[in-house]
Order: sequence, then structure tokens, then C-alpha cells
Amino acid sequence: MLTYILRRLRVAIPTMVVIIAVAFFMMRAAPGSPFDSERAVSPEIREAILAYYGMNKPLWVQFLDYWKGLLTFDLGPSLLYKDQTVSEILGSGFPVSMTLGISALILAISIGVPLGLLAALNQNSSGDYSVMALAMVGICIPTFVTGPLLALLFGVQLGWLPVAGLDRGDMTLDTMLLPVITLALPQVAIISRLVRASTIEVLRSNFVRTARAKGLPEFQVLTRHTLRAALLPLVSYLGPACAGLITGSVIIETVFQLPGIGRNFVTSALQRDYPVVMGAVVLYASLIILFNLLADIALGLLDPKVKYE
Amino acid sequence: MTLLATPAEKAELMQAATKGRSLWDDARARLVRNKAAMASLFILSFLVLVAIFGPLLWPHPYDKIFTEHAGDGPMLQGGHIFGFDVQGRDLVARTIYGLRISLAVGIVATLVSLIIGVAWGATAGYLGGRVDQFMMRIVDVLYALPFIFFVILMMVVFGRNIILIFVAIGAVEWLTMARIVRGQTISLRRKEFVEAAEAIGAPTARIVGRHIVPNVLGPVVVYVTLTIPAVILAESFLSFLGLGVQEPLTSLGNLIQNGAKEMEIMWWMLVFPAVTMMVTLFCFNFIGDGLRDAIDPKDR
Repeated sequence: MLTYILRRLRVAIPTMVVIIAVAFFMMRAAPGSPFDSERAVSPEIREAILAYYGMNKPLWVQFLDYWKGLLTFDLGPSLLYKDQTVSEILGSGFPVSMTLGISALILAISIGVPLGLLAALNQNSSGDYSVMALAMVGICIPTFVTGPLLALLFGVQLGWLPVAGLDRGDMTLDTMLLPVITLALPQVAIISRLVRASTIEVLRSNFVRTARAKGLPEFQVLTRHTLRAALLPLVSYLGPACAGLITGSVIIETVFQLPGIGRNFVTSALQRDYPVVMGAVVLYASLIILFNLLADIALGLLDPKVKYE
Repeated sequence: MTLLATPAEKAELMQAATKGRSLWDDARARLVRNKAAMASLFILSFLVLVAIFGPLLWPHPYDKIFTEHAGDGPMLQGGHIFGFDVQGRDLVARTIYGLRISLAVGIVATLVSLIIGVAWGATAGYLGGRVDQFMMRIVDVLYALPFIFFVILMMVVFGRNIILIFVAIGAVEWLTMARIVRGQTISLRRKEFVEAAEAIGAPTARIVGRHIVPNVLGPVVVYVTLTIPAVILAESFLSFLGLGVQEPLTSLGNLIQNGAKEMEIMWWMLVFPAVTMMVTLFCFNFIGDGLRDAIDPKDR
């Protein structure tokens, strides 16, 4: 088991290094710098600014400096908001994004899994077809369409829920409900399709036939034999699901004007606040890699077919 | 003994006798029976024709501004059935143009990913051993990158360029293709006909090109039809963030973004482009699912 985890780490760590290196050098390769302001700045002041941010050193020294900072969780200062560090900016957005992502994941699993099971157990029935049609709708409609539409319906027309916005540190149910639902919808669709396909396959497998043949009640066949095997693909999908939720949250936070990391990322990318963008990329990448790793380990623990050698 | 048949006739007889149903005939028959897929194919062909010829046939150009109609809703007079946008441009023309750009991005980026993915996967799978391990390790590492962020970075750093959108999205999507092709290639490599080709001394490039690639086509075709909608979604995602194609050019994602801003009053600006995009994505997904069921009927 330990060697299995180590082998996974052997992919995860180089990935992280590559991500940071690519992001770093891409930022530096960008034409123009954040200090090219409209006003002409005298060369001495420019020098001083560059020196202050350590940008007058050779590129590889800057790269090493960035790594040193990373290891001590220092992501550097923001170039735009002079009084804030990148860690502070990301730290203030993190609770919002995290709540959004985790609630959406829980919602997606708790709706997607039963729907998929329902469809699989009544394969080719009208119930199956309607669940799959709904899932297709969920996959095909982008969140930036569902988001505004839901806001229009429940926020503007019915007036039940606020359309957008969130007071910092005040995440009430009514402000988060629409964003969470919007973010969860595509994942509900994907998860229900996944669970349906794997359940259908498991139901035809030999061990389920054996369990039925020896006279187990159908309920036990389903819960103890089928479900355990059928949910394994879901476990391995959790890694990509988290990636999907994170990417989706960028859109959702823009649509609903939530002060999360996703919106920080987009606004700072547009304003070329490079350290904040770097910080967000590093944070996102490490989260995605972490969840992939956890999903792999969980699969290793649950699935007897995965070999650890 | 008289020969009844000339050689040509004999060949014909032989062919008639041995004419079985190939894998592709079977698949085609199954696909034709799939109503959702056939309907999608029909609608999609129509949409593609509209995207290609629509701008030539529609009387209003996509960038012409009707100042007196700015912000007006759908009207029959003059054929402005989708209404106008805030600046007063005809929304039918813009939707057709957006569809054209979105489809072009989807198809070109998928082609890019197809070429890279098939070449990479077939080479890794065929050569095997160290080379395979090294090549697939690269894929593993790239797979874990949150690519959409790199695409956003690229747009910001190198400017918004439509060619760059093609390349960037295509470069993201080739990884899965490479994995699929490699898996297929490994199982094909041990087949007798590949062995036979090796025995008569065919060079590696010829074996990969002539024998391996045509035989992995099935899963690849399925994946391609499912990649195109994914790419269209990715492009619209970028457009929505304001990083896609630039005005006065437009894509469906762009139109939807503009529509979402005005939806409370000018609903037509959101609804028509959004419906067009959804129908397009539906069609591709239904065709992809239909093809998968037809080519690999395991799950039915």
C-alpha cells in the first residue's frame, strides 16, 4: 500500500513542479509588465520599483526566490493592491470558494447517485429515458446559461432569492443556494450517467448472478454486492469532479458576483496582477492534484482489483 | 471441361459469395436504427449548412448597425426574427456568424487534438517499453494540469488571437485521445496481421500508418464526436470571461455573455443564441452516444 502511494506521489510531485515552472515563465515571458503605466516613469524610479519586487535579478534567481517563498507559504505581494499580500487576497476568497465547491459536490453526489441507480435498475423504461434525457440537458447547457436563467426566474421574476452578491463572511443559505445548484447541475448529470453505466455492467457480472443463484434477497444483492462494485468508478471520478467544480466555480463566481478565488483569478488575470494569478494557479493545481491523489488512494483501498506492486 | 465464367465474372461470384457484413456495416445498421442519433445528424447537417452558407444568403450582414432599431425585439418586418442587440445589429446574422465561429473552433481544435493524440498514442503503444513509459508519463503529468487556467493565462499573456484559441484548446484535448489510441494499439500490436507485416519487413512508420491507425478508428471517431461539443463549450467559457474572439467577430459564447448581461429586459439576446448552442451540443452528444452504442455495443 505504501509503495502504491509513493508511486502516485512520483507523478504528483513532478506535475506540481511543471505547473509552477510553466506558470512562472509564462508570466515572465508576457510582453509588457504591470509597471508600464500610462505616465512616464523616470528610469531611476523604475529601477527602484523593479528592485523592490526583486525583478532586476536574473530570471533563474527569481525562480528560486519564488520557490523559497512557496516553501514558507509566502506568495509575494500583490502588484495592484499595494497593502495586501497574495496570501491575504486568496485567503479571503478561499472560504467562499470552498463552501461553494463542497456543497455542490455533496449535492451532486446525493442527487446523482440515486438517479443513476434508479435509471440502471429500470433500464430502458420510461423512467430511465427521462433521467438520461435530463442528464443530457445538464451536460449540454453551460453553467453560464443556467446561472442567469435561474437568477432570472427565482431572483427577478419570483423574487424568492437574491440574484447576486454576498457580504463577506456572511454566507447565508439564500445567497448560496442558486450558485450551489448551478455549479452542481452538470456534475449531477455526469455522475448519474456514470453510476447508471457501471451499475448496469455490474448487474450482469458473474458475482451478482452467483449471489442471486444462492438465494440472497434482492435487497442484499443490491446493497452488499452491486452497490459496492458499482460505486468504484464514482470514486475514481471524484478527482476530475473536483477539477470540474473548481473550473466551474470561476464562472459561477463571475455570474453571481461572489468574492471567491475564481473571480479573483479572472480579475487579476485581466489586470495583469501576476503574483495573484500565479498564486491562484498554484493553489488550484495543488488542490486538483491532492484530490486526484486522494481519489487514487481511496480507489486502491476499496477496489481489490487495483494492484499495489 | 468448359469454364463457365470469365475471370472477371468469377471474381464477382467470389465476392458475392464471401460478402459478409463487416464491422462497419453492422455499426451503420445500428446507428440508422437509433432515432435520436439520426434526428441529430439531420439537424446538425442543417446547422452546418446554415453556418457555411447562411452569411451569404441572409440579407443583413453581421456587423451592420441599424441605429433606429437598437435594442428592439423580434419583428417580422425585414426578417429580423431574433430581434436586435444593444447596438442595433441583426441577431439572426450574428447568431449564424457565432455558430460558424463556434463550429469552426470545435472542428479545427478537435482536428489538432486528433492529429497529436493519434500520432502520440499510436507511437507510444507500438514502440512500447521505455519509450512508451516516458511518453505516457508526460501525458500523466500534463493530464493533472488545470489546463483551462493555462489557456486563460495564454489568452492574457499573448493576446486574444483566434488561431491561438484553436491551438490552445486542441493542445488540451489531445491527452485523452492519446490514451485511448495507445490502449487500442497495445492490443492490436499482437494481432497476426501486424506480425505478418513485420515478417515481410515493413518499416515501423508504414505499420503504424497502414495497419494500426485504421484499426483504432472506431473509438477515435466516437471520441471525436464527443470532443467537438467539449471544445465548443471550452471556447464559450473563454468568451464568457471576455477572453474569446473579439468584436465585431462573435461566437455563441460571446453572444450568450452579452445576452446574459441584458436578459432582464432584452430576453431575446440570451434565448436565441443559448438555444442555438444547446441544440448544437445536443446533436453532437446524441450522435457521439449513438456511435458509441453502434461501434461498441457492450453496454446495451
